[in-house]
Amino acid sequence: MRLRLEARPQPSRSMAWLSPLLAILATIVVGFLLFSSLGRNPSQALYVFFVKPVETLYGIGELLLKASPLMLCAIGLAAGYRANVWNIGAEGQLTLGAICGGGVALALEGVGTGAVLLPLMLVAGAVGGMAWAAIPAWLRNRCNANEILVSLMLVYVATLLLSLLVQGPWRDPEGFNFPQSRMFADAALLPVLLPGTRLNFGLVIALAAVALGWIFVRRSLTGFQMRVAGLAPAAANYAGISMQRTVWLGMLIGGAAAGIAGVGEAAGPIGQLLPSMSPGYGFAAIIVAFVGRLHPFGILLASLLMSLLYLGGESAQIGLALPSAVTGLFQGALLFFLLAADVLVNFRLRIVRDSSIAGAAHAAKAGI
Amino acid sequence: MSAPPVALTRPRLQLSGIAKAYPGVVANDRIDLCVMPGEIHAVLGENGAGKSTLMKIIYGVVKPDAGTIRWDGELVTIANPGDARALGIGMVFQHFSLFESLTVGDNIALALDASEAKHGLDARISEVSARYGLAVEPRRRVHSLSAGERQRVEIVRCLLQKPRLLIMDEPTSVLTPQAVDKLFETLRRLKSEGCSILYISHKLDEIRALCERATVLRSGRVSGTCDPRTESPSSLARMMTGADLPHPRHRQTSQRGDGALLVKRLSLKADDPFGTDLVDVELAVRSGQIVGIAGVSGNGQTELLAALSGERPVDDPAAIELNGVAAGRLDAAQRRALGLAFVPEERLGRGAVPEMSLVENALLTAHRQGMTHRGFVRLDAARAYARAVIGQFQVKAAGAYAAARSLSGGNLQKFIVGREVLQGPRVLIAAQPTWGVDIGASALIRQALIDLRDEGVAVLVVSEELEELFEVCDAIAVIARGRLSPPKPTHETNVEEVGLLMSRPFGAEPRTGNAHAEPIDAP
Repeated sequence: MRLRLEARPQPSRSMAWLSPLLAILATIVVGFLLFSSLGRNPSQALYVFFVKPVETLYGIGELLLKASPLMLCAIGLAAGYRANVWNIGAEGQLTLGAICGGGVALALEGVGTGAVLLPLMLVAGAVGGMAWAAIPAWLRNRCNANEILVSLMLVYVATLLLSLLVQGPWRDPEGFNFPQSRMFADAALLPVLLPGTRLNFGLVIALAAVALGWIFVRRSLTGFQMRVAGLAPAAANYAGISMQRTVWLGMLIGGAAAGIAGVGEAAGPIGQLLPSMSPGYGFAAIIVAFVGRLHPFGILLASLLMSLLYLGGESAQIGLALPSAVTGLFQGALLFFLLAADVLVNFRLRIVRDSSIAGAAHAAKAGI
Repeated sequence: MSAPPVALTRPRLQLSGIAKAYPGVVANDRIDLCVMPGEIHAVLGENGAGKSTLMKIIYGVVKPDAGTIRWDGELVTIANPGDARALGIGMVFQHFSLFESLTVGDNIALALDASEAKHGLDARISEVSARYGLAVEPRRRVHSLSAGERQRVEIVRCLLQKPRLLIMDEPTSVLTPQAVDKLFETLRRLKSEGCSILYISHKLDEIRALCERATVLRSGRVSGTCDPRTESPSSLARMMTGADLPHPRHRQTSQRGDGALLVKRLSLKADDPFGTDLVDVELAVRSGQIVGIAGVSGNGQTELLAALSGERPVDDPAAIELNGVAAGRLDAAQRRALGLAFVPEERLGRGAVPEMSLVENALLTAHRQGMTHRGFVRLDAARAYARAVIGQFQVKAAGAYAAARSLSGGNLQKFIVGREVLQGPRVLIAAQPTWGVDIGASALIRQALIDLRDEGVAVLVVSEELEELFEVCDAIAVIARGRLSPPKPTHETNVEEVGLLMSRPFGAEPRTGNAHAEPIDAP
C-alpha cells in the first residue's frame, strides 16, 4: 500500500476552493503542535493568536487597518505577476511613496492648502512608487536585467534613503534628536472612519483598488493582453502584444499601488516619517497575492488573513511571552501549506497496492 | 525476394485483442494485427485513430489494458522499451530524440549498452551506413544536420541493434521527394533481408507504393485490412474516414489586383544560433492569388514567417511591403491593422493560449472586429465572434467557453484558421495549415484558403506537404538554405522540379567540398 499522485484530466473546481481551507487547517495543526512543544496550552494559545485580537471593535479596526496596505500592495503586484513581471520590491516602492507623500506634507505645512493636501500627497506617493518601480522596468527592457533582483535590491536603497532623510534634513528639530520627522498637521492625516479605532480612509482606497483591479483584469483589453503575456509569451508576440509595454505596466501599477500604501501608513497610523515605515507589508503582500491566487477577491480575503497573523503575533508576544518570530513562522507555514495543497487542484491522491507499483516504476522508466 | 530462414507461416508479431483506454477516450479497442517476417505492413489512420498508442504498446512505452502479444509465436510481455529492443524491435520516432549539441557518434553511443558503445563504434556506423545507403558522418554535430540527415541517424541507430521489426512513425513528413525515394530503397533492402517493417502514415500514395499489407484504424478500431497496391486512394480514404475523399472546388478568377504582399531583397540574420539566415528573399503575392512556399523544415521558413508576421521586425522598412505600406519595422499588431492575418505553425501556445477559452482566444487577434469599446472588452461581441467561427468552420468543441487545450489538434486549427479568415484580411499567411490535421479538416481548411483567394485576398501558404501546395496554389516557390526561388506557376512545374530545388538552392554557388554544412537534403 502506498500513496501516489495522479494527474487529473481536468483541474478540480472543488479543490480550487478547498485547498486554501485545507492549508489553513494544516497551519492550525502546526500551531497546535508548536504551542504544545513550547509548553503552552495549545487551545488557549490559538485563542490568543486568532480570536482575541478581533474580539473588540478596536481589534476589528486594527485588522482592517493592517489589511489595507497589504490589499493595496498585493493588487498592484498581482497585475504584474499575472503577466510574468516579478516585482519583489513593493517594500521599497512603499517606502518611496511614504517619502514623497510625507515630503509633500512636511513641505506644505502651514501653507493652507486645505482639502487639496491629501490628494496631493497620494499623487506624490504614487509617483514616487512608480519612479522606484520604473528603474527595474527600464533595466529589464533596456538591458534584460532581472527585475526580481533589481527591485529587491532597491528595497534596501529606499530604506537607506529614508534613514538618511529622517536623520538629516527632515529630522524634527524638537524631537530630542530621535531619527524622525515632525508630526504631520491634521490636514495631512487620513480621516478616521470608525470613531474609537484607528481605521482610516486608507481602507476605502484599498477596496477601490480591489474593484479597479477586478475591472482591469476582467474587462479591459490591456488587462487581457497582460494575462496573455503571462500565460503564453509566444502567443502574445504572435498577436502583437508588446512585452516591453507589459513590463512597464506591470511594474508601474505595482509601484503606484505600493506608493499609495506608503502614504497611507505615513498619513495614517504613524503620522510622521520614521526610519522604517512598514513591518514588511511589501514582502507580505507577495504572499497575499499568491494566497489570493492573484484574484482581486481572493486577495481581499488573503489580506484579512495575513493581517490577523500580524495581530495574532503581537497578541502572542504580549499574552504568551512568545518571540516575535512566531508571526513569520505562521506566515511561512501558511504559504508552504497553500502551495502544497495547490498540488491537489491538478493531481489527486490515490492509494495503490504494491503490485501496481512495479507497473508504475516501469511506466516511469519507459519515458526513455 | 530472398526467403528468410524463419518459417514463413509463423508471424513475426501478432497482436490480438489489444485494448487501451484513457480517461474519456478509448485509444485502442480490441485490435488485431499480424506482421509476417520480411513484410512491410502499413498502419493507416487519421489523427486520433489510435496508431501512435498501438505503436507505443508494441515498443513497451504504454501498457495495454487487455490483449496478448506474440513474438515469433511466443507469448511475450513488453514492459518497457528495453524489453522491446531485447526482442529485436526498433522504432524511429516522428519527433526525433537526438541531442543537438552532441555528435552523431555520441548520440548513437548513448542508445547502446556501455560495452557495445566503446569498441569500434565509428567503424560499425560506417559499415551499416554503407550497407544500407544511409550516409551519416559520426563526427558531425546533430544541430548542423537537416531533418532527413537526422532521420538517417535515427535509422542507423536502430539498425546497429539488428532489429527484426522496425517501426517507422510518419517517416516522410520531413523529407524531400528524392529523399523519400532513397528511404524506400533502404526499407526495401531491409525487407529483403527478412526484417519486418511497420510503416505508419496517412499518405496514401506512399503506402500504395511501398507496402504489401495494410491495417486501417478508425476511432481506435480496425476498420479493415487490405493489400494497398490493389486499392485506390479513394477506397483507402473511405476505410480511414468512412466517407469519400473531398476535392476542393476551384473557381476561376480573372481580376488580380496590385501586389498586396511584397518582399524586396530581405536578408536577415537568424536569432537562433542553429537557425537559418535569410539571403536576398524576393517575393510578390498579389491579391486573388495563392503562392506556396515549399521546403524541408529548418531552411529558413521560421525566420521568414517571423519577419513577415512582424514577430521579428526587420531593419529595412522597405524590405516588406503590405498593401503599399513599407512595413518592415512594424510590429505584429501594426501589420494586422494593415489587413494582415496569420495562421502560425504552432497552435497551442502561439496561435492560441491553451488555458484560455475560445472566446478569449477570439479576442487575442480579432479584437479589432468591434470587440472593444474605449479600451474595455465587449464580451458579447467576442462571444458572438467565437460562435460564428465555431459554426462556420465546424469546430467540435464543448462550446465557446471551452479551453483551447481541450480541443483536438484539428479542431483547434479549424478555429484558428476561422478566426483569421473571418477578420476579412487583405493578406493571409498560413504556415503548415493542415499539419497533423485529419482529412476532413484539411479539406475544409484548404477550401477556406481557396475561397479567400477567390474573394481577392493575397494568400501565402508555407508547407512541407507538396501534395497540399500543388492542390491549392497558383504558383510555387521553394526555400532552401534561406534562399527563395522565384515562384513558378503550378501548372508549369512538377513535384520532381520542386524536389530538386529543395535540395539544390536557387542562386547558391555550386559547392563541392563542404556541401552539407547547412541544413538541406542531399537527394
